[in-house]
Amino acid sequence: MAVILQQTLNGLQLGSVYALIALGYTMVYGILRLINFAHGDIFMIACYIGFFASGAFLARHLPTWAVFASTLLTSMVLTALLAMLIERSAYKPLRYAPRVSAVITALGVGLFLEHFTLATLGPAPRAIPPLLPAANYNMGGLTISSLQLMIIVISIILMLLLDTVVQKTMTGMAMRAISFDKTVVPLMGVPVDRIISLTFAIGSAVAAAGGILYSQAYPIINPYMGVRIGWWAFIAAVVGGIGNIRGAMLGGYILGFVEVFTPTILPSSTYRDFVAFTILLAVLIVRPTGILGRVAAQKV
Amino acid sequence: MAEPLLSIRDLHVSYGNIKAVRGISLDVEEGQIVTLIGANGAGKSTTLRAISGLVRPSAGSVVFRGMELSKLAPHRVVEAGIAHVPEGRGIFANLTVYENLKLATYSRKDRDRIPADEERVFALFPRLKERLSQMAGTLSGGEQQMLAVARALMTRGRIMLLDEPSMGLSPILVQEIFKVIAEINEAGTTILLVEQNANMALKVAHHGYVLQTGEIVLAGAAEDLASDPRVREAYLGG
Ligand SMILES: Nc1ncnc2c1ncn2[C@@H]1O[C@H](COP(=O)(O)OP(=O)(O)O)[C@@H](O)[C@H]1O
Ligand SMILES: [Mg+2]
Repeated sequence: MAVILQQTLNGLQLGSVYALIALGYTMVYGILRLINFAHGDIFMIACYIGFFASGAFLARHLPTWAVFASTLLTSMVLTALLAMLIERSAYKPLRYAPRVSAVITALGVGLFLEHFTLATLGPAPRAIPPLLPAANYNMGGLTISSLQLMIIVISIILMLLLDTVVQKTMTGMAMRAISFDKTVVPLMGVPVDRIISLTFAIGSAVAAAGGILYSQAYPIINPYMGVRIGWWAFIAAVVGGIGNIRGAMLGGYILGFVEVFTPTILPSSTYRDFVAFTILLAVLIVRPTGILGRVAAQKV
Repeated sequence: MAEPLLSIRDLHVSYGNIKAVRGISLDVEEGQIVTLIGANGAGKSTTLRAISGLVRPSAGSVVFRGMELSKLAPHRVVEAGIAHVPEGRGIFANLTVYENLKLATYSRKDRDRIPADEERVFALFPRLKERLSQMAGTLSGGEQQMLAVARALMTRGRIMLLDEPSMGLSPILVQEIFKVIAEINEAGTTILLVEQNANMALKVAHHGYVLQTGEIVLAGAAEDLASDPRVREAYLGG
Protein backbone atom coordinates (compact mmCIF):
# COMPACT_ATOMS: atom_id res chain seq x y z
CA MET A 1 0.00 0.00 0.00
CA ALA A 2 2.74 2.43 0.98
CA VAL A 3 4.57 1.52 -2.23
CA ILE A 4 1.53 2.38 -4.28
CA LEU A 5 1.10 5.72 -2.53
CA GLN A 6 4.79 6.41 -2.96
CA GLN A 7 4.63 5.59 -6.65
CA THR A 8 1.50 7.70 -7.01
CA LEU A 9 3.45 10.69 -5.76
CA ASN A 10 6.29 9.87 -8.13
CA GLY A 11 3.80 9.53 -10.95
CA LEU A 12 2.30 12.91 -10.13
CA GLN A 13 5.75 14.46 -10.11
CA LEU A 14 6.80 13.04 -13.46
CA GLY A 15 3.34 13.49 -14.91
CA SER A 16 3.44 17.18 -14.02
CA VAL A 17 6.58 17.59 -16.08
CA TYR A 18 5.18 15.64 -19.04
CA ALA A 19 2.01 17.70 -18.82
CA LEU A 20 3.95 20.97 -18.90
CA ILE A 21 5.83 19.86 -22.01
CA ALA A 22 2.77 18.33 -23.67
CA LEU A 23 1.03 21.71 -23.46
CA GLY A 24 3.51 23.20 -25.93
CA TYR A 25 2.85 20.47 -28.49
CA THR A 26 -0.87 20.80 -28.13
CA MET A 27 -1.00 24.61 -28.28
CA VAL A 28 1.10 24.83 -31.42
CA TYR A 29 -0.83 22.00 -33.03
CA GLY A 30 -4.08 23.70 -32.06
CA ILE A 31 -3.37 26.85 -33.98
CA LEU A 32 -1.06 25.74 -36.80
CA ARG A 33 -1.89 22.03 -37.19
CA LEU A 34 1.85 21.57 -36.90
CA ILE A 35 3.57 18.98 -34.73
CA ASN A 36 6.53 20.96 -33.50
CA PHE A 37 9.02 18.11 -33.36
CA ALA A 38 11.68 20.54 -32.14
CA HIS A 39 9.75 21.01 -28.88
CA GLY A 40 11.62 18.27 -26.98
CA ASP A 41 14.92 19.88 -27.92
CA ILE A 42 13.63 23.30 -26.92
CA PHE A 43 13.00 21.66 -23.52
CA MET A 44 16.63 20.48 -23.53
CA ILE A 45 17.86 24.00 -24.30
CA ALA A 46 15.74 25.30 -21.42
CA CYS A 47 17.59 22.90 -19.11
CA TYR A 48 20.96 24.14 -20.34
CA ILE A 49 19.84 27.73 -19.85
CA GLY A 50 18.86 26.65 -16.34
CA PHE A 51 22.29 25.13 -15.82
CA PHE A 52 24.14 28.33 -16.72
CA ALA A 53 21.64 30.67 -15.10
CA SER A 54 21.67 28.78 -11.80
CA GLY A 55 25.48 28.85 -11.85
CA ALA A 56 25.49 32.57 -12.40
CA PHE A 57 22.88 33.27 -9.73
CA LEU A 58 24.55 30.95 -7.19
CA ALA A 59 27.83 32.83 -7.74
CA ARG A 60 26.03 35.96 -6.55
CA HIS A 61 25.26 34.33 -3.22
CA LEU A 62 21.53 34.89 -3.43
CA PRO A 63 19.30 32.87 -1.11
CA THR A 64 18.48 29.48 -2.68
CA TRP A 65 14.81 30.25 -3.22
CA ALA A 66 15.79 33.43 -5.06
CA VAL A 67 18.26 31.46 -7.18
CA PHE A 68 15.50 29.00 -8.02
CA ALA A 69 12.99 31.73 -8.88
CA SER A 70 15.45 33.67 -11.03
CA THR A 71 16.66 30.53 -12.78
CA LEU A 72 13.08 29.54 -13.53
CA LEU A 73 12.22 32.98 -14.89
CA THR A 74 15.42 33.34 -16.90
CA SER A 75 14.95 29.97 -18.52
CA MET A 76 11.27 30.63 -19.27
CA VAL A 77 11.97 34.03 -20.84
CA LEU A 78 15.01 33.02 -22.89
CA THR A 79 13.37 29.81 -24.06
CA ALA A 80 10.28 31.76 -25.10
CA LEU A 81 12.46 34.15 -27.11
CA LEU A 82 14.25 31.24 -28.75
CA ALA A 83 10.93 29.64 -29.71
CA MET A 84 9.70 32.92 -31.20
CA LEU A 85 12.90 33.19 -33.20
CA ILE A 86 12.49 29.61 -34.47
CA GLU A 87 8.88 30.29 -35.42
CA ARG A 88 9.76 33.48 -37.30
CA SER A 89 12.74 32.12 -39.16
CA ALA A 90 11.85 28.47 -39.76
CA TYR A 91 8.06 28.00 -39.64
CA LYS A 92 6.53 31.29 -40.71
CA PRO A 93 7.96 31.20 -44.24
CA LEU A 94 6.24 27.80 -44.61
CA ARG A 95 2.83 28.95 -43.36
CA TYR A 96 1.21 28.26 -46.74
CA ALA A 97 3.51 25.46 -47.84
CA PRO A 98 2.39 21.82 -47.73
CA ARG A 99 2.23 20.65 -44.15
CA VAL A 100 4.87 18.00 -44.64
CA SER A 101 7.45 20.73 -45.35
CA ALA A 102 6.81 22.30 -41.97
CA VAL A 103 6.99 18.94 -40.19
CA ILE A 104 10.31 18.10 -41.85
CA THR A 105 11.57 21.57 -40.95
CA ALA A 106 10.57 20.98 -37.33
CA LEU A 107 12.52 17.72 -37.27
CA GLY A 108 15.46 19.61 -38.78
CA VAL A 109 15.26 22.37 -36.19
CA GLY A 110 15.28 19.72 -33.46
CA LEU A 111 18.40 18.07 -34.88
CA PHE A 112 20.01 21.46 -35.26
CA LEU A 113 19.38 22.30 -31.59
CA GLU A 114 20.81 18.95 -30.45
CA HIS A 115 23.93 19.20 -32.56
CA PHE A 116 24.45 22.87 -31.92
CA THR A 117 24.43 22.09 -28.20
CA LEU A 118 26.71 19.13 -28.75
CA ALA A 119 29.14 21.17 -30.83
CA THR A 120 29.30 24.15 -28.50
CA LEU A 121 29.00 22.51 -25.09
CA GLY A 122 30.23 18.98 -25.74
CA PRO A 123 28.65 15.60 -25.05
CA ALA A 124 29.54 15.47 -21.35
CA PRO A 125 26.48 15.39 -19.13
CA ARG A 126 26.18 18.19 -16.62
CA ALA A 127 24.36 18.44 -13.33
CA ILE A 128 22.04 21.23 -12.36
CA PRO A 129 22.57 22.07 -8.68
CA PRO A 130 19.72 21.44 -6.24
CA LEU A 131 17.80 24.68 -5.71
CA LEU A 132 14.69 23.50 -3.91
CA PRO A 133 14.65 22.38 -0.25
CA ALA A 134 14.86 18.58 -0.12
CA ALA A 135 13.47 17.71 3.30
CA ASN A 136 11.82 14.32 3.65
CA TYR A 137 8.76 13.76 5.78
CA ASN A 138 7.90 10.27 6.98
CA MET A 139 4.27 9.43 7.29
CA GLY A 140 3.61 5.82 8.17
CA GLY A 141 6.15 4.32 5.80
CA LEU A 142 5.42 6.91 3.14
CA THR A 143 8.24 9.31 2.37
CA ILE A 144 7.06 12.66 1.10
CA SER A 145 9.81 14.92 -0.07
CA SER A 146 9.25 18.64 -0.03
CA LEU A 147 10.93 18.70 -3.44
CA GLN A 148 8.28 16.44 -4.88
CA LEU A 149 5.50 18.54 -3.40
CA MET A 150 7.06 21.72 -4.75
CA ILE A 151 7.36 20.27 -8.25
CA ILE A 152 3.76 19.11 -8.25
CA VAL A 153 2.37 22.31 -6.74
CA ILE A 154 4.33 24.69 -8.98
CA SER A 155 3.31 22.66 -12.04
CA ILE A 156 -0.33 22.72 -11.11
CA ILE A 157 -0.20 26.47 -10.48
CA LEU A 158 1.36 27.01 -13.90
CA MET A 159 -1.26 24.82 -15.55
CA LEU A 160 -4.09 26.67 -13.83
CA LEU A 161 -2.54 29.95 -14.95
CA LEU A 162 -2.23 28.75 -18.52
CA ASP A 163 -5.76 27.41 -18.52
CA THR A 164 -6.98 30.80 -17.31
CA VAL A 165 -5.05 32.57 -20.05
CA VAL A 166 -6.55 30.32 -22.71
CA GLN A 167 -10.09 30.38 -21.34
CA LYS A 168 -10.41 33.93 -20.08
CA THR A 169 -8.12 36.38 -21.83
CA MET A 170 -8.46 38.02 -25.21
CA THR A 171 -5.25 36.34 -26.32
CA GLY A 172 -6.62 32.94 -25.33
CA MET A 173 -9.86 33.64 -27.16
CA ALA A 174 -7.86 34.59 -30.23
CA MET A 175 -5.88 31.34 -29.96
CA ARG A 176 -9.04 29.29 -29.78
CA ALA A 177 -10.58 31.22 -32.67
CA ILE A 178 -7.47 30.65 -34.79
CA SER A 179 -7.60 26.94 -34.02
CA PHE A 180 -11.13 26.87 -35.40
CA ASP A 181 -10.75 29.06 -38.48
CA LYS A 182 -7.59 31.02 -39.10
CA THR A 183 -8.91 32.83 -42.17
CA VAL A 184 -11.64 34.82 -40.44
CA VAL A 185 -9.67 35.88 -37.36
CA PRO A 186 -7.92 38.89 -38.99
CA LEU A 187 -11.38 40.32 -39.75
CA MET A 188 -11.86 40.64 -35.98
CA GLY A 189 -8.90 43.02 -35.86
CA VAL A 190 -6.67 40.31 -34.42
CA PRO A 191 -3.00 40.26 -35.52
CA VAL A 192 -2.77 36.55 -36.24
CA ASP A 193 1.02 36.48 -36.60
CA ARG A 194 1.43 37.98 -33.16
CA ILE A 195 -0.91 35.42 -31.61
CA ILE A 196 0.99 32.57 -33.27
CA SER A 197 4.25 34.01 -31.99
CA LEU A 198 2.78 34.29 -28.48
CA THR A 199 1.56 30.71 -28.64
CA PHE A 200 5.09 29.48 -29.32
CA ALA A 201 6.39 31.72 -26.55
CA ILE A 202 3.88 30.53 -23.95
CA GLY A 203 4.14 26.85 -24.91
CA SER A 204 7.92 26.96 -24.71
CA ALA A 205 8.04 28.96 -21.50
CA VAL A 206 5.83 26.34 -19.86
CA ALA A 207 8.10 23.57 -21.19
CA ALA A 208 11.07 25.50 -19.79
CA ALA A 209 9.40 25.55 -16.40
CA GLY A 210 8.92 21.80 -16.80
CA GLY A 211 12.63 21.50 -17.58
CA ILE A 212 13.77 23.40 -14.51
CA LEU A 213 11.43 21.42 -12.27
CA TYR A 214 12.49 18.15 -13.91
CA SER A 215 16.14 19.00 -13.35
CA GLN A 216 15.47 19.31 -9.63
CA ALA A 217 14.34 15.69 -9.55
CA TYR A 218 16.68 14.38 -12.27
CA PRO A 219 19.65 16.79 -12.32
CA ILE A 220 21.74 15.23 -15.10
CA ILE A 221 21.32 16.95 -18.45
CA ASN A 222 22.82 16.21 -21.88
CA PRO A 223 22.20 17.32 -25.48
CA TYR A 224 19.98 14.33 -26.30
CA MET A 225 17.78 14.43 -23.20
CA GLY A 226 14.97 16.13 -25.16
CA VAL A 227 14.46 13.21 -27.50
CA ARG A 228 12.88 10.64 -25.20
CA ILE A 229 11.13 13.17 -22.96
CA GLY A 230 9.89 14.99 -26.04
CA TRP A 231 8.44 11.79 -27.43
CA TRP A 232 6.74 10.97 -24.17
CA ALA A 233 5.24 14.42 -23.89
CA PHE A 234 4.11 14.19 -27.50
CA ILE A 235 2.42 10.85 -26.79
CA ALA A 236 0.84 12.49 -23.75
CA ALA A 237 -0.55 15.26 -25.93
CA VAL A 238 -1.95 12.79 -28.47
CA VAL A 239 -3.42 10.47 -25.82
CA GLY A 240 -5.14 13.42 -24.14
CA GLY A 241 -6.37 14.80 -27.46
CA ILE A 242 -3.92 16.93 -29.39
CA GLY A 243 -5.08 20.52 -29.64
CA ASN A 244 -6.87 20.23 -26.31
CA ILE A 245 -5.21 22.00 -23.38
CA ARG A 246 -6.81 19.95 -20.63
CA GLY A 247 -6.19 16.82 -22.66
CA ALA A 248 -2.46 17.53 -22.64
CA MET A 249 -2.53 17.83 -18.85
CA LEU A 250 -4.47 14.58 -18.48
CA GLY A 251 -2.20 12.81 -20.96
CA GLY A 252 0.87 14.04 -19.11
CA TYR A 253 -0.30 12.47 -15.86
CA ILE A 254 -1.28 9.22 -17.59
CA LEU A 255 2.23 8.96 -19.04
CA GLY A 256 3.77 9.86 -15.69
CA PHE A 257 1.91 6.97 -14.08
CA VAL A 258 2.82 4.62 -16.92
CA GLU A 259 6.46 5.39 -16.35
CA VAL A 260 6.51 4.86 -12.61
CA PHE A 261 4.12 1.91 -12.46
CA THR A 262 5.68 -0.08 -15.31
CA PRO A 263 8.51 -1.48 -13.18
CA THR A 264 6.03 -2.18 -10.36
CA ILE A 265 3.84 -4.31 -12.60
CA LEU A 266 6.16 -5.55 -15.34
CA PRO A 267 9.60 -7.10 -14.76
CA SER A 268 11.60 -4.02 -15.68
CA SER A 269 11.35 -0.34 -16.49
CA THR A 270 12.66 -1.12 -19.98
CA TYR A 271 9.07 -2.03 -20.85
CA ARG A 272 7.93 1.54 -20.34
CA ASP A 273 8.21 2.63 -24.00
CA PHE A 274 6.34 -0.48 -24.99
CA VAL A 275 3.55 0.34 -22.51
CA ALA A 276 3.43 3.99 -23.56
CA PHE A 277 3.14 3.19 -27.26
CA THR A 278 0.59 0.45 -26.55
CA ILE A 279 -1.57 2.97 -24.70
CA LEU A 280 -1.12 5.41 -27.55
CA LEU A 281 -2.27 2.83 -30.09
CA ALA A 282 -5.15 1.67 -27.93
CA VAL A 283 -6.40 5.23 -27.44
CA LEU A 284 -6.04 6.04 -31.12
CA ILE A 285 -7.99 2.92 -32.09
CA VAL A 286 -10.83 3.56 -29.66
CA ARG A 287 -10.82 7.37 -29.89
CA PRO A 288 -8.78 8.69 -32.81
CA THR A 289 -9.05 12.24 -31.49
CA GLY A 290 -7.62 11.35 -28.08
CA ILE A 291 -9.42 11.14 -24.75
CA LEU A 292 -10.60 14.75 -24.56
CA GLY A 293 -10.20 15.64 -28.22
CA ARG A 294 -13.28 16.51 -30.19
CA VAL A 295 -13.93 15.53 -33.73
CA ALA A 296 -13.07 18.63 -35.74
CA ALA A 297 -16.26 20.39 -36.74
CA GLN A 298 -16.86 20.00 -40.42
CA LYS A 299 -16.74 23.39 -42.05
CA VAL A 300 -19.33 24.06 -44.74
CA MET B 1 -19.38 66.50 -54.39
CA ALA B 2 -17.79 65.16 -51.25
CA GLU B 3 -15.12 62.48 -51.43
CA PRO B 4 -16.62 59.00 -51.37
CA LEU B 5 -16.00 57.09 -48.14
CA LEU B 6 -14.56 54.15 -50.04
CA SER B 7 -13.15 54.36 -53.50
CA ILE B 8 -11.80 51.49 -55.58
CA ARG B 9 -9.85 52.23 -58.75
CA ASP B 10 -8.86 49.77 -61.46
CA LEU B 11 -8.57 46.85 -59.05
CA HIS B 12 -7.06 43.61 -60.33
CA VAL B 13 -6.89 40.42 -58.27
CA SER B 14 -5.64 37.03 -59.40
CA TYR B 15 -5.42 33.61 -57.81
CA GLY B 16 -2.45 32.08 -59.57
CA ASN B 17 -3.41 32.49 -63.21
CA ILE B 18 -7.13 32.86 -62.56
CA LYS B 19 -8.00 36.53 -63.02
CA ALA B 20 -10.87 36.88 -60.55
CA VAL B 21 -11.20 40.68 -60.64
CA ARG B 22 -10.22 42.56 -63.79
CA GLY B 23 -9.96 46.27 -63.33
CA ILE B 24 -13.04 47.27 -61.40
CA SER B 25 -13.70 50.74 -60.04
CA LEU B 26 -16.45 51.66 -57.64
CA ASP B 27 -17.37 54.31 -55.09
CA VAL B 28 -19.29 54.04 -51.87
CA GLU B 29 -20.70 57.32 -50.57
CA GLU B 30 -20.87 57.81 -46.83
CA GLY B 31 -24.24 56.87 -45.38
CA GLN B 32 -25.40 54.81 -48.35
CA ILE B 33 -26.08 51.17 -49.00
CA VAL B 34 -24.25 50.16 -52.13
CA THR B 35 -24.76 46.70 -53.54
CA LEU B 36 -22.54 44.60 -55.72
CA ILE B 37 -24.57 41.95 -57.49
CA GLY B 38 -23.52 39.21 -59.83
CA ALA B 39 -23.62 35.50 -60.47
CA ASN B 40 -21.63 32.91 -58.61
CA GLY B 41 -17.94 33.25 -59.47
CA ALA B 42 -18.24 36.84 -60.73
CA GLY B 43 -15.61 38.08 -58.27
CA LYS B 44 -17.79 39.65 -55.57
CA SER B 45 -16.16 37.97 -52.59
CA THR B 46 -12.73 38.56 -54.06
CA THR B 47 -13.47 42.28 -54.24
CA LEU B 48 -14.41 42.36 -50.54
CA ARG B 49 -11.41 40.25 -49.63
CA ALA B 50 -9.16 42.68 -51.46
CA ILE B 51 -10.64 45.62 -49.54
CA SER B 52 -9.97 43.80 -46.25
CA GLY B 53 -6.45 42.83 -47.20
CA LEU B 54 -7.17 39.11 -47.14
CA VAL B 55 -5.95 38.91 -50.72
CA ARG B 56 -3.42 41.25 -52.30
CA PRO B 57 -4.47 43.02 -55.49
CA SER B 58 -2.01 42.76 -58.36
CA ALA B 59 -2.88 46.32 -59.37
CA GLY B 60 -5.18 49.19 -58.45
CA SER B 61 -6.04 51.09 -55.33
CA VAL B 62 -8.48 50.93 -52.45
CA VAL B 63 -8.82 54.29 -50.73
CA PHE B 64 -10.84 54.63 -47.52
CA ARG B 65 -11.18 58.09 -45.96
CA GLY B 66 -8.15 59.21 -47.90
CA MET B 67 -6.06 56.25 -46.74
CA GLU B 68 -4.63 53.65 -49.10
CA LEU B 69 -5.66 50.24 -47.76
CA SER B 70 -4.18 47.82 -50.22
CA LYS B 71 -0.84 47.60 -48.43
CA LEU B 72 -2.23 47.23 -44.90
CA ALA B 73 -2.39 43.97 -42.94
CA PRO B 74 -6.00 42.79 -42.52
CA HIS B 75 -6.17 43.61 -38.81
CA ARG B 76 -5.04 47.16 -39.61
CA VAL B 77 -7.85 47.47 -42.13
CA VAL B 78 -10.29 46.62 -39.34
CA GLU B 79 -8.68 49.26 -37.14
CA ALA B 80 -9.03 51.76 -39.98
CA GLY B 81 -12.81 51.28 -39.76
CA ILE B 82 -13.82 48.46 -42.08
CA ALA B 83 -16.05 45.70 -40.73
CA HIS B 84 -16.35 42.61 -42.90
CA VAL B 85 -18.98 39.90 -42.52
CA PRO B 86 -17.45 37.11 -44.59
CA GLU B 87 -19.21 34.71 -46.90
CA GLY B 88 -20.50 31.72 -44.94
CA ARG B 89 -20.56 33.83 -41.74
CA GLY B 90 -17.27 32.60 -40.35
CA ILE B 91 -18.41 32.46 -36.75
CA PHE B 92 -16.20 30.63 -34.27
CA ALA B 93 -18.28 27.60 -33.35
CA ASN B 94 -15.95 26.63 -30.48
CA LEU B 95 -16.34 29.99 -28.75
CA THR B 96 -19.40 31.17 -26.90
CA VAL B 97 -21.65 33.77 -28.46
CA TYR B 98 -20.29 36.34 -26.05
CA GLU B 99 -16.68 35.42 -26.79
CA ASN B 100 -17.38 35.84 -30.51
CA LEU B 101 -18.58 39.37 -29.82
CA LYS B 102 -15.77 40.13 -27.43
CA LEU B 103 -13.04 38.98 -29.81
CA ALA B 104 -14.25 41.50 -32.36
CA THR B 105 -13.21 44.31 -29.99
CA TYR B 106 -9.61 43.05 -29.95
CA SER B 107 -7.95 46.06 -31.50
CA ARG B 108 -10.35 48.75 -30.36
CA LYS B 109 -8.75 51.64 -28.52
CA ASP B 110 -12.04 53.08 -27.23
CA ARG B 111 -12.57 50.35 -24.62
CA ASP B 112 -14.94 52.56 -22.60
CA ARG B 113 -17.46 52.60 -25.43
CA ILE B 114 -17.68 48.83 -25.73
CA PRO B 115 -20.43 48.32 -23.11
CA ALA B 116 -22.70 50.78 -24.92
CA ASP B 117 -22.06 48.99 -28.21
CA GLU B 118 -22.90 45.68 -26.56
CA GLU B 119 -26.20 47.12 -25.40
CA ARG B 120 -26.91 48.35 -28.89
CA VAL B 121 -26.18 44.93 -30.37
CA PHE B 122 -28.37 43.22 -27.76
CA ALA B 123 -31.21 45.60 -28.55
CA LEU B 124 -30.85 44.81 -32.24
CA PHE B 125 -30.53 41.04 -31.68
CA PRO B 126 -32.42 40.11 -28.50
CA ARG B 127 -32.11 36.42 -29.35
CA LEU B 128 -28.34 36.61 -29.13
CA LYS B 129 -28.60 38.16 -25.71
CA GLU B 130 -30.49 35.10 -24.49
CA ARG B 131 -27.74 32.84 -25.81
CA LEU B 132 -24.57 34.62 -24.74
CA SER B 133 -23.02 31.71 -22.88
CA GLN B 134 -23.99 29.13 -25.47
CA MET B 135 -21.38 27.78 -27.92
CA ALA B 136 -21.83 29.66 -31.17
CA GLY B 137 -21.85 26.38 -33.07
CA THR B 138 -25.16 25.45 -31.45
CA LEU B 139 -26.98 28.46 -32.93
CA SER B 140 -29.34 28.05 -35.87
CA GLY B 141 -28.25 29.29 -39.28
CA GLY B 142 -30.23 32.50 -38.94
CA GLU B 143 -28.86 33.17 -35.48
CA GLN B 144 -25.33 32.55 -36.73
CA GLN B 145 -25.84 35.15 -39.43
CA MET B 146 -27.13 37.59 -36.82
CA LEU B 147 -24.06 36.86 -34.72
CA ALA B 148 -21.79 37.48 -37.71
CA VAL B 149 -23.42 40.87 -38.22
CA ALA B 150 -23.37 41.64 -34.50
CA ARG B 151 -19.70 40.79 -34.35
CA ALA B 152 -18.97 43.14 -37.24
CA LEU B 153 -20.85 45.87 -35.37
CA MET B 154 -18.62 45.29 -32.36
CA THR B 155 -15.54 46.20 -34.40
CA ARG B 156 -17.23 49.58 -34.77
CA GLY B 157 -16.42 50.07 -38.43
CA ARG B 158 -17.53 53.13 -40.40
CA ILE B 159 -18.43 50.82 -43.24
CA MET B 160 -19.67 47.26 -43.16
CA LEU B 161 -18.92 44.84 -45.97
CA LEU B 162 -21.54 42.08 -46.10
CA ASP B 163 -20.90 39.01 -48.22
CA GLU B 164 -24.15 37.27 -49.14
CA PRO B 165 -25.84 37.61 -45.77
CA SER B 166 -28.99 35.96 -47.13
CA MET B 167 -27.23 32.80 -48.24
CA GLY B 168 -28.87 29.62 -46.96
CA LEU B 169 -31.60 31.42 -45.03
CA SER B 170 -35.33 30.85 -45.24
CA PRO B 171 -37.40 33.62 -46.89
CA ILE B 172 -38.58 34.92 -43.51
CA LEU B 173 -35.05 35.14 -42.20
CA VAL B 174 -33.93 36.82 -45.42
CA GLN B 175 -36.56 39.51 -44.80
CA GLU B 176 -35.32 39.85 -41.25
CA ILE B 177 -31.65 40.17 -42.15
CA PHE B 178 -32.41 42.83 -44.77
CA LYS B 179 -34.45 44.73 -42.23
CA VAL B 180 -31.49 44.66 -39.88
CA ILE B 181 -29.18 45.88 -42.63
CA ALA B 182 -31.47 48.84 -43.29
CA GLU B 183 -31.58 49.62 -39.56
CA ILE B 184 -27.81 49.51 -39.22
CA ASN B 185 -27.53 51.84 -42.18
CA GLU B 186 -30.09 54.24 -40.75
CA ALA B 187 -28.08 54.35 -37.55
CA GLY B 188 -25.15 55.71 -39.54
CA THR B 189 -23.08 52.80 -40.85
CA THR B 190 -22.29 52.80 -44.55
CA ILE B 191 -22.82 49.44 -46.21
CA LEU B 192 -21.32 47.60 -49.15
CA LEU B 193 -23.58 44.63 -49.74
CA VAL B 194 -22.64 41.69 -51.93
CA GLU B 195 -25.57 39.56 -53.02
CA GLN B 196 -26.73 36.95 -55.46
CA ASN B 197 -30.22 37.77 -54.29
CA ALA B 198 -30.33 40.83 -56.56
CA ASN B 199 -34.02 41.38 -56.01
CA MET B 200 -33.72 42.01 -52.27
CA ALA B 201 -30.39 43.79 -52.56
CA LEU B 202 -31.65 46.35 -55.07
CA LYS B 203 -34.70 47.00 -52.91
CA VAL B 204 -32.64 47.99 -49.89
CA ALA B 205 -29.70 49.68 -51.66
CA HIS B 206 -29.28 53.23 -52.89
CA HIS B 207 -26.79 52.39 -55.55
CA GLY B 208 -25.70 49.24 -57.34
CA TYR B 209 -23.00 47.70 -59.46
CA VAL B 210 -23.35 44.58 -61.59
CA LEU B 211 -20.30 42.39 -61.73
CA GLN B 212 -19.74 39.81 -64.44
CA THR B 213 -16.60 37.64 -64.71
CA GLY B 214 -14.52 40.14 -62.84
CA GLU B 215 -15.73 43.27 -64.59
CA ILE B 216 -18.40 45.84 -63.82
CA VAL B 217 -20.88 45.75 -66.65
CA LEU B 218 -23.57 48.05 -65.26
CA ALA B 219 -23.84 50.66 -62.55
CA GLY B 220 -26.48 53.08 -61.40
CA ALA B 221 -29.13 54.00 -58.90
CA ALA B 222 -30.64 50.86 -57.40
CA GLU B 223 -34.15 51.51 -58.69
CA ASP B 224 -32.86 52.13 -62.20
CA LEU B 225 -30.95 48.86 -62.13
CA ALA B 226 -33.99 47.03 -60.80
CA SER B 227 -36.00 48.15 -63.82
CA ASP B 228 -33.20 47.71 -66.36
CA PRO B 229 -34.20 44.94 -68.78
CA ARG B 230 -30.68 43.49 -68.85
CA VAL B 231 -30.61 43.18 -65.08
CA ARG B 232 -34.14 41.85 -64.98
CA GLU B 233 -33.31 39.18 -67.48
CA ALA B 234 -30.01 38.05 -66.02
CA TYR B 235 -30.57 38.41 -62.27
CA LEU B 236 -34.19 38.98 -61.46
CA GLY B 237 -35.73 36.10 -63.37
CA GLY B 238 -37.14 38.21 -66.23
N1 LIG C 1 -8.96 30.81 -53.11
C1 LIG C 1 -9.16 30.75 -54.45
N2 LIG C 1 -8.26 30.13 -55.24
C2 LIG C 1 -8.43 30.08 -56.58
N3 LIG C 1 -9.47 30.61 -57.23
C3 LIG C 1 -10.39 31.25 -56.51
C4 LIG C 1 -10.28 31.34 -55.07
N4 LIG C 1 -11.35 32.04 -54.61
C5 LIG C 1 -12.09 32.35 -55.69
N5 LIG C 1 -11.52 31.87 -56.83
C6 LIG C 1 -12.03 32.06 -58.21
O1 LIG C 1 -12.13 33.43 -58.45
C7 LIG C 1 -13.33 33.73 -59.13
C8 LIG C 1 -14.17 34.71 -58.34
O2 LIG C 1 -14.58 34.08 -57.14
P1 LIG C 1 -15.39 34.84 -56.00
O3 LIG C 1 -14.80 36.15 -55.76
O4 LIG C 1 -15.51 33.92 -54.85
O5 LIG C 1 -16.81 35.02 -56.71
P2 LIG C 1 -18.22 35.35 -56.08
O6 LIG C 1 -18.06 35.76 -54.70
O7 LIG C 1 -18.78 36.42 -56.96
O8 LIG C 1 -19.03 34.09 -56.20
C9 LIG C 1 -14.01 32.39 -59.39
O9 LIG C 1 -13.66 31.97 -60.68
C10 LIG C 1 -13.42 31.49 -58.36
O10 LIG C 1 -13.40 30.17 -58.81
MG1 LIG D 1 -18.80 34.89 -53.03
